[in-house]
Amino acid sequence: MNGLIDGLSGLALLAGVFFMLVGSAGLLRMPDFYTRMHAAGITDTLGAGLVLLGLMLQGGWTLVTVKLLLILAFLWLTSPTASHALVRAALSDPGNPRPLLHPHLPSSSTEITAR
Amino acid sequence: MFAAAALGILICMVLAMARALLGPTVYDRIMAVNAFGTKTVLIIAVLGFMSGRPDFMDIALVYALINFIGTIAVLKFIRYGDMGWPRNAPDEPDDL
Amino acid sequence: MLRALGLWLVCFGLWLLLSGYFDVPLLLTFGVLSCTLVVFIAWRVEKLDPEEQRLRPKIGPQIILYWPWLLWQIVLANLDVAKRILNPQLPISPTMITLKPTQHSEMGRVIYANSITLTPGTVTTFLSEGVLEVHALTREAAESLLEGDMDRRVAALERRKT
Repeated sequence: MNGLIDGLSGLALLAGVFFMLVGSAGLLRMPDFYTRMHAAGITDTLGAGLVLLGLMLQGGWTLVTVKLLLILAFLWLTSPTASHALVRAALSDPGNPRPLLHPHLPSSSTEITAR
Repeated sequence: MFAAAALGILICMVLAMARALLGPTVYDRIMAVNAFGTKTVLIIAVLGFMSGRPDFMDIALVYALINFIGTIAVLKFIRYGDMGWPRNAPDEPDDL
Repeated sequence: MLRALGLWLVCFGLWLLLSGYFDVPLLLTFGVLSCTLVVFIAWRVEKLDPEEQRLRPKIGPQIILYWPWLLWQIVLANLDVAKRILNPQLPISPTMITLKPTQHSEMGRVIYANSITLTPGTVTTFLSEGVLEVHALTREAAESLLEGDMDRRVAALERRKT
């Protein structure tokens, strides 16, 4: 039983670190600020979630697990708020470059919405 | 296992720091520092388990909160040049 | 008064969980004192900026069922974005779209916008009464938002207008 939990937690930790590495690679690979935002989202949601899940499995039913749950709740509450604030600030700054949009699409989406 | 996880998170931190140094706009840098902070929270938690000191969880919790507040504060500072009182109000709210 | 008592209980519960001291009278006294101070400060702040209107719960208990669904959506979106980052050709197609949220309360709209942002691949860029602008990493993500599945699910969480 103990071995099973250990294995599961190791698996969760490794998967979490893998997603964080992918997110960080995206942070470097993506072409502009607005797309990098999405790559950072991977690290904040699944990467952090899986790493904390792996630690929770190690912690067992103790106060440490409660604290890890609180950390997870704070991260998942604050990360969308911070992302939204960043995008709002970047878009409302006239000196900042506009988002690169896909060339085959209308730059403003009114046409898509009308469909 | 914890050591491997800590190493992976450290590599992520290096990548985020690279973006913070490269980032062409100031928003790229703020975003990279925010991501760096998230990874710091996780590495503090992992290190707490690695060295068997559960007190580290409290530090991680506080770091998560301060990271968010710091991001918002820096954004406000960049946007307004101060901490952003309401624009049409006098500089200091005087009815406190 | 009831709200202050509720806030005090939540504060003290959090204090107990975080400190882990259940049987040291001196430290428990300090905890009680600090919670009381926090409630007093919150009461003073609220006189300046009353929020009671907004804090009344407008969301039904169905949210318990919404969370697992949202979690599953987050996992799916994560896998999709991760695949695209690892693909050497970087097959992304950034799109800006405008949605019309159907929730009638502010709380519902905020939950909808936060759910969109929490899902990797879509970030809310603007939110107001009837307009919600989204920057999506791929065209497919934008199209799945336009189908409005998440919008309907969040709208179903809201209590009826009273």
